[in-house]
Amino acid sequence: MSRAETTDGTDVTAGTGTVEVVGVRKPSPLWTLGLLRNELVTTLRRWRTIALLGVLAAVPVLVGIAVKIETSDGASAGGGGGPAFIAQITNNGLFLVFTALAATLPFFLPMAIGVIAGDAIAGEANAGTLRYLLVAPAGRTRLLLTKYATTLAFCVIATLVVAVSALIVGALLFPLGELTTISGTRISFGEGLGRAFLIALAVAASLIGIAALGLFVSTLTNSGIAAMATTVGLLITIQILDQIPQLHSLQPYFFSHYWLSFADLMRDPVYWDDLYRNLGLQGLYAAVFGTAAWARFTTKDITA
Amino acid sequence: MAEPSTAEPDTVIATRALTKRYRGGQLAVDGLDLSVPAGSVFGFLGPNGSGKTTTIRMLMGLIEPTSGAARVLGQPMPRATRTVLPHVGALIEGPALYGFLSGRDNLLRYDSADPTADPRTRRTRVAAALDRVGLTAAAGKKAKAYSLGMKQRLGLAAALLQPRRLLVLDEPTNGLDPQGMREIRSLVRELASEGTTVFLSSHLLDEIEQVCTHVAVMAQGRLITQGPVAELAAGARGRLVVTTPDPGDAARVLKEQGVSDVVVTEDRVTGEPPERDLAEVNAALVTAGVRVRGFGLERASLEDAFVALTGEGFDVAG
Repeated sequence: MSRAETTDGTDVTAGTGTVEVVGVRKPSPLWTLGLLRNELVTTLRRWRTIALLGVLAAVPVLVGIAVKIETSDGASAGGGGGPAFIAQITNNGLFLVFTALAATLPFFLPMAIGVIAGDAIAGEANAGTLRYLLVAPAGRTRLLLTKYATTLAFCVIATLVVAVSALIVGALLFPLGELTTISGTRISFGEGLGRAFLIALAVAASLIGIAALGLFVSTLTNSGIAAMATTVGLLITIQILDQIPQLHSLQPYFFSHYWLSFADLMRDPVYWDDLYRNLGLQGLYAAVFGTAAWARFTTKDITA
Repeated sequence: MAEPSTAEPDTVIATRALTKRYRGGQLAVDGLDLSVPAGSVFGFLGPNGSGKTTTIRMLMGLIEPTSGAARVLGQPMPRATRTVLPHVGALIEGPALYGFLSGRDNLLRYDSADPTADPRTRRTRVAAALDRVGLTAAAGKKAKAYSLGMKQRLGLAAALLQPRRLLVLDEPTNGLDPQGMREIRSLVRELASEGTTVFLSSHLLDEIEQVCTHVAVMAQGRLITQGPVAELAAGARGRLVVTTPDPGDAARVLKEQGVSDVVVTEDRVTGEPPERDLAEVNAALVTAGVRVRGFGLERASLEDAFVALTGEGFDVAG
C-alpha cells in the first residue's frame, strides 16, 4: 500500500521521527501458525472440552459393559435390534469400535462438534475477547480459518477418543482375532484394525458439514449459548426430517443422510459409492457455509 | 472511500467527516474531523453515549464507517489493519479475558494472535508486560479470580506486549482504586515520555486535565472542539471572586465597574471580569468603603470550559 496516498500529494509518513514506515518488523510466515497452535491448546484445556470428550469416551464403556452383562448367560447381544455390529461384539472386541461409532455418530459426536463450532466466534464475542483478538490483529479471515481448523481437529480427536476407548474396552471384555465382514469373508485382525481406522476417519469426515454449519451460525450472533443451541437444534431437526418419507427428494441433501455409509467399509470389497457421496456432500456443506461464514464475518461490525 | 486530505506529517490519527449510522438509523458519530498530533497525550472527552467508543472502534477497524475516512499512523483504516494494528496497543471498553486461563496465558494468547509477534521472545515480552503493570505475582492465577482492577491491569499489559507507536486507552482507570489510578496515570506519562502517542478516552474531566496535552470534546456524536488543553481552559475565562462582609455594596460597585453576571452568595460576590485592570476594580471597591477580605480570579477548569462549550451539564446524552 502506498504511503503517499493523500490527495494533496503530501507523503504523510515522511520526514518525522515518530511516524515512519509501517511494518519495520520482518515477521516469518510461520509465525501466523502461532494462533492455531494456541487455539488448539486453549480449546483442549477447557473443562468443557474435556467433559465432552469424557462423555464420548464413556459411551463405548457403557455399551461394552451392557453387552457383557446381557450375554453372560450365553444369549446373543442386541436380539436383532440396537446399533450396527452389536451382535458380533461377543465374538470379537474390535466390533465394539464399529458399534460405538455407529452409536455416537447420530447424536453425541455431532452435538459435541456443534458445541465447539457454535461457540467458536460467538463465544469470543460474548466474552468480549473477539475485539482484542481482532485488534491484535488476528485478521478476520485468519481467525475464521483458525477456528474452522480447530473444529475439524476436534472432529478427528473426538472420533478417535470414541474409537480408542472402544478398542480398549473391547480388548478387555471380549476376545480379539480374525473377523467376518458384512459380505461374509474373513479378514485378519491387522486388516480389521486398518478398517477400523478408516472407519474412524470416515466418521470424522462426516462431521465436516455440521462443523461448517455451526461456524456459520456462530458468526450470526454474539451469544455462544444461542449459537450452540441453534446448531444442535438444526442437527435434531435434520435428523427428524431425514425420517419423513414425503421429503424423499430433499433427503440426499441433508448433511446426515449418508452418515451411516461408513459401514460400507466393512464390506469386502468395499462399496465406495455412498462413502464418496457422503464426502462430496460434506465438502459441499463446507464450501457453502464456510463461504457464508466468511462473507458474514469479514463484513460484520464488531460491537461486542 | 475518499482519502483524508488534511493529514499533516506528524498526525497519528486523522479522520475526515467520519460518520457512523447504525442500522436502527441512530447517528452515533456525525462528521468527525479528528487530528491527533504525534507524541501527544490526547484526551478524548465526552459524556457516556456521545460516540467515543464508536469512534475508537472505527479507528481500530472493528466497525466500518458509514461515510468519511480515517487514517491511523498514516494508513487508511479499516483497510490497513494488518500493517497498522501491530503498532497500536488498545484497551477498548474495558478488559476482556479468558476466565479459564491464567493471566500469563491470556497474554500469551493475545500475543500469538499477532502474526508479526516473534514467538521466540513471547515469554519474555509477556513477563515484561506483566511486570510493568504490577501483576507478576498474580500471573499464574486464573483470570476469573482477578479483581476488576487486576483485570484492567491485565488489559493494559496486553496493550503493552510490543513497543507501540500509538496506545488507544478507552476509560483506562475504570474500576481502579485511587492508588491504581495514580499508577496508571504515571504509566501513561512514562509511555508518552518514551515517544508513544496516547489516545485516552474518558468521561472524567480531572483525569484528562491531569495527564493530557491535547483534548477533543464530543457530545451527541459531534466534535465540539479540539486543541491543546491549556488553550481550551484559557478559552473559558475565570470568574472574579470578591469575599466581603458588605455583599450588597460590593455588587453595586462591581456592576458600575463593568462586571457582568454578578452573583451574590452570602459573603461572596462573583462575576465575569471586565476588560480592564482588576487593580482599578479593587481600588474602586475600597474607595466606595466596601470592606474586602478576598479579591481574586478563580481559574477556569476544564469542566467550566466544557460547560461553556456544550451549554449543558455533564450528563448522559439522551
